[in-house]
Amino acid sequence: MQVTMRVNGAEVHGDVEPRLLLVHFIREHLGLTGTHWGCDTSQCGTCVLWLDGEPVKSCTVLAAMADGHEVRTVEDLEVDGELDPVQKGFMEKHGLQCGFCTPGMMMTARWLLDHNPDPDEDTIREAISGQICRCTGYENIVRAVRWAAEHPAGAPQKEQEVEA
Amino acid sequence: MQTPAPVDYARATSIDHALQLMEERGTDARLIAGGHSLIPMMRLRIARPECVIDINDLAELDYIRVEEGELRIGAMTRHAALLASPVVGEHYAIFHDAERRIADPPVRNRGTIGGSLCQGDPAEDLAAVASALRADLVLRTSQGTRTVPAREFHLGPYETAIDDAEMLTEIRVPIRPGVSSAYEKVKRRAGDWAVASAGAYLVLRDGVVADVGIGLTAVGAPHFCAESAEVYLLGKAPTEEHLRATSQLAADACTPRADQRGPVEYKRHLAGELTLRVLRRSIERAEGSA
Amino acid sequence: MTTTGHHPPSTTSPAGNPMGFGRMLRKEDARFLRGQGHFLDDLSMPGMLHAAILRSPVAHARIASIDTSEAEAHPKVKAVITGAVLESLNLAWMPTLSADVQAVLATDKVRFQGQEVAMVIAEDRYAARDALELIDVDYDVLPAVVDARRAMDPGAPVIRDDVEGRTDNHIFDWEAGDKAKADEVFARADVVVSQEMLYPRSHPAPMETCGTIASMDRVTGKLTVWSTNQAPHAHRTIYALVAGIPEHNIQIISPDIGGGFGNKVGIYPGYVLAVVGSIITGKPVKWVEDRSENLMSTSFARDYHMRGEIAATREGRITGLRVDVLADHGAFNGTAQPSKFPAGFFHIFTGSYDLEAAHCKVSGVYTNKAPGGVAYACSFRITEAVYLVERMVDVLADELDIDPAELRLRNLLTPEQFPYTTMTGWEYDSGDYPRTLRKAMEMAGYDELRREQAEKRERGELMGIGVSFFTEGVGAGPRKHMDILGLGMADGCELRLHPTGKAQLRISVQTQGQGHETTFAQIVAHELGIPPEDVDVIHGDTSNTPFGLGTYGSRSTPVSGAAAAIAAQRIRDKARVITAAAIECDPADLEWEPGRWYVKGDPSQGRTVQEVAMLSHGTLELPEGVEGHLDASVVYDPPNLTYPFGAYICVVDVDPGTGEVKVRRFIAVDDCGPRINPMIVEGQVHGGLADGVGMALMQVIAFDEDGNCVGGSFMDYLLPTSLECPSWELGETVTPSPHHPLGCKGVGESATVGSPPAVVNAVIDALAPFGVRHADMPLTPANVWMAMQGHPVRTDLAVR
Repeated sequence: MQVTMRVNGAEVHGDVEPRLLLVHFIREHLGLTGTHWGCDTSQCGTCVLWLDGEPVKSCTVLAAMADGHEVRTVEDLEVDGELDPVQKGFMEKHGLQCGFCTPGMMMTARWLLDHNPDPDEDTIREAISGQICRCTGYENIVRAVRWAAEHPAGAPQKEQEVEA
Repeated sequence: MQTPAPVDYARATSIDHALQLMEERGTDARLIAGGHSLIPMMRLRIARPECVIDINDLAELDYIRVEEGELRIGAMTRHAALLASPVVGEHYAIFHDAERRIADPPVRNRGTIGGSLCQGDPAEDLAAVASALRADLVLRTSQGTRTVPAREFHLGPYETAIDDAEMLTEIRVPIRPGVSSAYEKVKRRAGDWAVASAGAYLVLRDGVVADVGIGLTAVGAPHFCAESAEVYLLGKAPTEEHLRATSQLAADACTPRADQRGPVEYKRHLAGELTLRVLRRSIERAEGSA
Repeated sequence: MTTTGHHPPSTTSPAGNPMGFGRMLRKEDARFLRGQGHFLDDLSMPGMLHAAILRSPVAHARIASIDTSEAEAHPKVKAVITGAVLESLNLAWMPTLSADVQAVLATDKVRFQGQEVAMVIAEDRYAARDALELIDVDYDVLPAVVDARRAMDPGAPVIRDDVEGRTDNHIFDWEAGDKAKADEVFARADVVVSQEMLYPRSHPAPMETCGTIASMDRVTGKLTVWSTNQAPHAHRTIYALVAGIPEHNIQIISPDIGGGFGNKVGIYPGYVLAVVGSIITGKPVKWVEDRSENLMSTSFARDYHMRGEIAATREGRITGLRVDVLADHGAFNGTAQPSKFPAGFFHIFTGSYDLEAAHCKVSGVYTNKAPGGVAYACSFRITEAVYLVERMVDVLADELDIDPAELRLRNLLTPEQFPYTTMTGWEYDSGDYPRTLRKAMEMAGYDELRREQAEKRERGELMGIGVSFFTEGVGAGPRKHMDILGLGMADGCELRLHPTGKAQLRISVQTQGQGHETTFAQIVAHELGIPPEDVDVIHGDTSNTPFGLGTYGSRSTPVSGAAAAIAAQRIRDKARVITAAAIECDPADLEWEPGRWYVKGDPSQGRTVQEVAMLSHGTLELPEGVEGHLDASVVYDPPNLTYPFGAYICVVDVDPGTGEVKVRRFIAVDDCGPRINPMIVEGQVHGGLADGVGMALMQVIAFDEDGNCVGGSFMDYLLPTSLECPSWELGETVTPSPHHPLGCKGVGESATVGSPPAVVNAVIDALAPFGVRHADMPLTPANVWMAMQGHPVRTDLAVR
């Protein structure tokens, strides 16, 4: 069947089987491999992207269901070569290690800050509680989101701390 | 990641269209709303519908309103919307308490109250909420509608009173002046299904419990509620002694099954303990000390 | 290009990075932040086919028949491989890393639920999955051995009847220490306490599952394998030995890896099958496992049934430690550890204490479960050893009614005792243990916490404080003692400076999130004084990097990091000679400052490293015996492991009505010597601490009595989220390693090793009013509550 949707602001078309999962459509038909997958049971959240402006687990949506809808992925965060404050925060605060859960975490963080520009730590932890990270123990992810909240205009990379 | 078996897809443009598609495709077709019960089962190939009927366009089923003395919730209302709704929170904190602990944020953006109730999972939190509140469920076919009490809706694990080519459209909860409510859930980890959950509402009048409902999930409580416990507490003062006796009755009414979440004796204990806590909490809220 | 004036070397590079050790932001972030990482499933080759594996639904059965005809007839299927096909190629069995064999595809029997039975290769992954359902397998189910404690019962089903002469499920017995001395110490001890404890079967579960793309080029005879792979060179050698393909015709490439944690060390049947599939079809074949395959068939971790005994004086001086271990290895012995140590480094179980005697015995058995055992940041069984000793110390504290922190302070090794040779032969390189424990106690406000606990106990509230002190041994290792399948654990490193002074460092280790592209550049910057942004770190491709044994067991910094430092030092030394030749002075007259050799007393006369790079490629006449260019190649054979250590304190609150445990605080003071990049070290610790919460409170791969795996998905194998983890409080002490060129010790696994006993000790401490001395992980609400009722649960056997 034919599907048409807006992905990162551009209209895309695809000829897909009805059973095709949205995550596979995004990754394989559109080549946007920044969105990942990591489980069979809709738990891990590495597939999180925005569907109609909300974070959603794209492994649990059929591409057919997204026909006529709006999708936003991690590839859309950077604008004209400028990283989003969330991306900068993840860099500044070492909010990623292997990078596999990171796109999903950042999409949720971006949504959170769009709706709650100054979230406290508990709110941040609650917002990402549906997504698993095996590397960071979550601490630096929370700090990264706080950094983005405190630097909404995305301050330039600060001077590095140096130890002799 | 696992992938579904081949399936057809149809998108409903209205309730009537959905019902018509259901009639045409028969029992091999499944409605798909949030999809977070159905699609995981399809991926594991436990569910193999021949057709999915997508009802996500049915905005006419996505609402929360107060009408004719009832809180009326459209079946397509997302968990996230219920959690965020001031109207719901104002009348029935039990919904917010429960929604806060159902699944996780991205899942709540898609899952619906209708989908959750129709899935009929024996550990479904909203089943306990609906039963506790003595809600009514509105079912519709192309021939008309009927109303089934929540307490008669669930017939067994994954089995509900919904007929072929019939759809749940609305959940109705009577607005009770002076009501307070609460929900508690024990889980092994954030997002997990309940080991046990309890929810209650009550209305105090002249120092006694004038109205009460107690719902339980994941513990094999018949119809997700504890009628004998409710009957006991009705008309009594909300003393600690009475609350404990009520909770014990609730625990006795359960038939929990042992599994990785816990043995029978633990779950039964939780049924009592959580009933006690939600009753206490409801009273605290009624007294304004919440 | 001589320098005209002298400027003191900057401590920051032109890009603002530290010129050496420091909190440098990571180079690798640039691609991951943009979703431009290249993980295995992101890769695609022209003509690539997709493979799917049919797996056994039962734990133990004879295969009566397999009918693949319907699958082969599927229009999108290109090939179907069964054990019979592999047998004809002599590839049905492959060697494991523990001198056993493992079935690539089952031939006679299936021996664990999830074992590989057949492989389908199709045009796309959906079709491959469809085709699996068309394969018909007839199983004659056999009784399964599930409970390791019953594996050696007389009459127990023999699992490994593929091996001639096998009559039982016994794999090995292994001992360390001095049994006679230990028995003597125990016999005269004031106090002896014993405790059984289980370290349940667990799984590393990185967010990215395992996978591979194999491409055999029929024209050149070259095999290229992309795989999620922590040890690419070892894989290359093993493929050469097993498949008979000349090793120079094999290239293994590890792209970006979404977490390893020891899950991606071994060679799995799926990888071999993809290679066979590529040979058969002549096309690249991609196999990526789903999460249930990952949890049910790839290397699990732990599964040690332990019985510890501790002997002490009445005043709390620990004199002896004895341990008996039953190790459940699953259906094939596939543990990945240095070959001389079938129980890994478990014999480091004497921990951080000064004892008179110790002895351990480990017996390994087969069961009808997936193979594995050494994985998940265990440092080769040090997780098990540390759990054992730290629980035993707390059990002793309970017996003697001495505060657990105080008891440790009475028994920790003191700084004067280092280097310290343990009762079982480990030579700890350096440490100041009491200082680290005291720092943790101070950060925690230990005395205040105990006061709070006392007040809460009066009110019936359950609060627990758990202490854990661990010594790790990481950086395997001296090649004389440590090898994997005969490959000694010495690693190579090549550093090359280009004419314009930029550098390429080729390393043998393989990052999976540890930040090697950054930290190794910092090592070179530290030694050579060139900006870290000018150092390109190359890894992951066996054709472009020197041989080494890969990244696991926290060995990258101790081994490969040492190699990189030495390579840079050699280049620095050569730069001195070339500078002297350029200035026409004696090399002895030169002094070094970061980035530059200069004449003593005349700093304006010198050459930067960059200038030397150009000179070395140029026309300058070089002294006798000095070759041109500016390269160094090192193979580093570590003289010893390094021994990082730490003190952890966990504070929990337990709900007495439900058994729910909330981790309120976690204080972790780590000592891994100097920190190349403190930001990265802290991140490593954060991640490991989360593992402790997970293992202590929720993670287990359990089996029912038929051998069905209950833990084959994230519905039942629960991993901690942001809500179960507190905000970690970290501290550090620094005790350099005397033998490492940078004084650095490994740290990647320290927190995973040290944290589970801290959490368990805290929960048990909380339950003290109920007289609970021990309860096994995972301490789920049900398990806690049952322990409170006096009925602790056995956690490895599933309830269905």
